[in-house]
Amino acid sequence: MFVAIRDIRFARGRFALMGSVVVLITLLIVLLSGLTSGLADRSVSAVRNLPATHLVFGAVGNERPEKSFADSTVTARQRTVWENTPGVRRVTPLGITTTRVGTPAESEASATVFGLPPDAPAVPAGTSDSSVVISRSLAEDQQLATGDRLSTAAGELRVGAITSDEFYSHTPVIWTTLDTWRELRAARGAGAETPLATVLTVDAAPEARLSEADSAANTLSATRGGSLEAVGSFSSENGSLLMMQLLLYAISALVIGAFLTVWTIQRSGDVAVLKALGGSTGYLLRDALTQSLIVLLAGAGLGGAAGVAVGSAAGEVVPFELTVRTTLMPVLVMIALGMVGAALAVRRITSVEPLTALGAGR
Amino acid sequence: MTLRLHGIGLTYPDGERTVHALHEVSLRVEPGELLAVTGPSGSGKSSLLAVAAGLLRPTAGSVRVGETDLTGLRGAALSRLRLNRIGIVFQQHNLVASLTAAEQLQVTEHMRGRSARQARDRAVQLLATVGLSGKQHRRPNRLSGGERQRVNIARALTARPEVLLVDEPTAALDQERGARIVELLRDVTGQYGIATVLVTHDTQHLTHADRTVAIRDGKLSE
Repeated sequence: MFVAIRDIRFARGRFALMGSVVVLITLLIVLLSGLTSGLADRSVSAVRNLPATHLVFGAVGNERPEKSFADSTVTARQRTVWENTPGVRRVTPLGITTTRVGTPAESEASATVFGLPPDAPAVPAGTSDSSVVISRSLAEDQQLATGDRLSTAAGELRVGAITSDEFYSHTPVIWTTLDTWRELRAARGAGAETPLATVLTVDAAPEARLSEADSAANTLSATRGGSLEAVGSFSSENGSLLMMQLLLYAISALVIGAFLTVWTIQRSGDVAVLKALGGSTGYLLRDALTQSLIVLLAGAGLGGAAGVAVGSAAGEVVPFELTVRTTLMPVLVMIALGMVGAALAVRRITSVEPLTALGAGR
Repeated sequence: MTLRLHGIGLTYPDGERTVHALHEVSLRVEPGELLAVTGPSGSGKSSLLAVAAGLLRPTAGSVRVGETDLTGLRGAALSRLRLNRIGIVFQQHNLVASLTAAEQLQVTEHMRGRSARQARDRAVQLLATVGLSGKQHRRPNRLSGGERQRVNIARALTARPEVLLVDEPTAALDQERGARIVELLRDVTGQYGIATVLVTHDTQHLTHADRTVAIRDGKLSE
């Protein structure tokens, strides 16, 4: 990297410009990545953290079931079919209803009620037919404490405990029993007949014949991860943000490739001279790639650090998740894609003819 | 080591016809000898130099540096031979804009895998040899035309080459500076025992050459 470092020092304006572009794109990607992860967490964390391998969706009557929490209902018969399926270790009905709850301070807040049988593994301590467990953010936003009473369509419910944050479709989750959830749903008049639950959560062995159970019960099963897209708007929201990230990655590779292509063309005279003096193509390629790596490491490193700083501050007001996956990974991907762009750009070094260094034409 | 070109022919297509850039060219340059090759533009001087440097592969004949036949070498082996045994002084100085005078020399040492300290010491010493003491930190834009050409020569000498190929070194210089450059080439040829080929169309400096050959239409004559 003898020439690489000296070139950067010599053309510091041009490299600073390129580095700034890398900084800004990396900053954008880190922010977008943190926001995507934060928003996804607000959308599906309660489903994602359920202790189940699969979720089972049903439909009213003989309708064809779809992968949608909004449209799904399951019956006791379907539960029985699934419980009797070989390889299925546990079946737990789960009721899900988004509603508004009143607080002692006379305010109202949106929340999603998750109703589970009292003996279900996911039920947090403090849940009973008359008490609920609320997510920390709901408690903080509405200044609720254990013992406070929430007014719901099914009457008043006592806050039995406050637990870690879980979200469903951008609303905090309130945990209660399945019976209380059914009362709430009935009181809200959602359908003539109250179903057993919204979905079944299933813990199944790998060899379990899920498709046979689906056929017998007229249900649609999906893995826990695969069922996240059944949360309304999650797929489109997450997909849009991921698309933006992918486009930014592609843009970064193209921008870096374009810059280095122009740069390589500009210095092809120097490359010809160094080749004529005996520099091998490998030496010159390594030198050029090292130059790219220096710019990418500095730019992506600074951009990543700026992203962490901005993300930390933004995390107070927007759902932003700061993890290795949302910070270090984008930086590494940025560097890797930048190097791909660089490799494509500097490969023209191989075709520079040392003969052009001779004569007055240079 | 001796530079020997034997029966060199070089042809290339130019539209419908075939151009004979070099025809049956043979010459021998001994260590410590400065051979001047003169001729008008388009006579084949630069082609001869390119073939001798291994930058062009002749269509006939052989080029030998000592016992090594360049025409049998390819790719990395040919680059290595140029790096370690052949020095080239370009017509234009062809210095890398981002490098200082010393670094122009150091980069070739770096390509040879020599240590930075060794390379620096040798660069400073060679720059002093060509009369550029104290100017090792200057980039090409802060050197005069003559000084750039001296750096060009010093760079070609870093490998302690057996063969020095010099392409029109006075083309961009005035009379006085041109004369000094040719004198310098004469000195280093003798001092380091190099077989030097000086290609020039300027006949005023031929008195410094040990021998002169003329080239016209790709054919050599004494």
